Amino acid sequence: MTAITASAAAGYTFAYLDEQTKRMIRRALLKAIAVPGYQVPFASREMPLPYGWGTGGIQVTASIVGPDDRLKVIDQGADDTTNAVSIRRFFARTAAVETTTETAEATIIQTRHRIPETPLKDGQIMVYQVPMPEPLRRLEARETETRRMHAHADYGLMHVKLYEDITRHGRIATSYDYPVMVHGRYVMAPSPIPKFDNPKLDNSPALQLFGAGREQRVYAVPPFTSVRSLDFEDYPFEVQSWGRPCALCGDTGSYLDEIVTDDRGGRMFACSDTDHCAERRAAGCRGPSEGQAAVGQRSTR
Amino acid sequence: MTLPTDAEIDPALLSVRGLTKHFGAQIGCQEVSFDLWPGEVMGIVGESGSGKTTLLRCLAGVVEATSGGVRYRQRSGPPADLLTMPEPARRRLLRTEWGVVHQDPRDGLHMGVSAGANVAEPLMALGGRHYGNLRGAARDWLERVEIDVDRLDDRPTAFSGGMRQRLQIARSLVTHPRVVLMDEPTGGLDVSVQARLLDLLRQLVADLDLAAVIVTHDLAVVRLLADRLMVMRQGRVVEAGITDRVLDDPHDAYSQLLVSSVLQV
Repeated sequence: MTAITASAAAGYTFAYLDEQTKRMIRRALLKAIAVPGYQVPFASREMPLPYGWGTGGIQVTASIVGPDDRLKVIDQGADDTTNAVSIRRFFARTAAVETTTETAEATIIQTRHRIPETPLKDGQIMVYQVPMPEPLRRLEARETETRRMHAHADYGLMHVKLYEDITRHGRIATSYDYPVMVHGRYVMAPSPIPKFDNPKLDNSPALQLFGAGREQRVYAVPPFTSVRSLDFEDYPFEVQSWGRPCALCGDTGSYLDEIVTDDRGGRMFACSDTDHCAERRAAGCRGPSEGQAAVGQRSTR
Repeated sequence: MTLPTDAEIDPALLSVRGLTKHFGAQIGCQEVSFDLWPGEVMGIVGESGSGKTTLLRCLAGVVEATSGGVRYRQRSGPPADLLTMPEPARRRLLRTEWGVVHQDPRDGLHMGVSAGANVAEPLMALGGRHYGNLRGAARDWLERVEIDVDRLDDRPTAFSGGMRQRLQIARSLVTHPRVVLMDEPTGGLDVSVQARLLDLLRQLVADLDLAAVIVTHDLAVVRLLADRLMVMRQGRVVEAGITDRVLDDPHDAYSQLLVSSVLQV
């Protein structure tokens, strides 16, 4: 205990939160892991960053991180965005933990909006930042009613949303925060990850924890738990595809970001997972180079 | 009062015995008993505050009754007491074998989603997972309640009051229930729309062999739809009998007042 405190920045408890708070969050997490997909209330604390920036994720990370952990933080797949950099630095300073950008090296990965392309391993922990933990909220505004629906596994309403999608767009147009059924029991919001990442949730060897700070809920998917994306028999679940490789590393199987390159409609598509892309390029993989980025240029009509 | 044995109620679909609901010292309804047989329509009339809606809400399980029993003969399995059965089972039963039509369509419909989704939702709640079939069922039902199938993808907010009410009826009948509870189904509609809706209801009740409980304060509605009639006042049933008998030859003083106070045009 003393050793831990000594290694952290002066004036702060190890990993910022006081021990009682971390204990309370860990208890909530244990319950969440015991009941996969069930939203467990917890007494969310104020954190030194605004709601919507990852107050839930940061509290979960703070309560599970230990001095031997190696932390990776990503935001939209990138390790070098403001949010990722500040949270990583926050823990480097308050917990003196080692940080990394390499997925394979990390023991805890706090994320917003993406799951890394590199397959997760046994022993790793994913921590998701969740803005809206209740998948039914948009359809049913009353908390008492959504709780009852979860209690009775009364999920007809969830399919109404998908039905409306098909009716209006001809296909299930929901592309992120795509509702999933966990362990055949609870419908869960997988946080705003693209539906491209939904299959990675299923039977993952890593422990996956979800924290919603403003809504004061944590939930979890234990390792090797079935996570099924909801769909219709005649409109099965499918993920996005781009019909082109990453412009930088040439990967055809990763999630691509569209990047505007000039003011004449020039665009390029590159891996959203920067660590994955850099690793591939280091290994010598090349895409159809930046020079041809204007391939996707809009034709003038 | 005790519930009758299984042998006694065999033919009745629904047996209500001594149903009482108190709101603190206020009486919601007091010692209401009746039987409902398959294919039968029961009307409940009475002035505002006489406990009609409270009775219906007790039956539908929206509010918990203070005492009494509601025994229902399920499609399969033994008769069940709705007031004591576990909530998941009751919800399932209400979803598969019962339908509820609210006075205000906004209470029974999701106003933010299309008409088709509204009709298909009960089917999805029962595990319907084939979009084509769900949509087909929704289209069929819109036809049956005389809504133009072109309006399938419109939201109920774009519908007139009468259409909303018909949509709500389609939604409550899509699961082929055996019992339908209707709370003032024609309330708030103009007379010509009321007449069409009543016509439709009469036809559906006959076609589907529905048992229905209709709460209304409109005597014309019960004359047209109901086989039997209960008159309620201050939470109690003051008179019950065949509709025509009660309306033509009311025995109770309050029933006489009620019948005589209908305006003749």
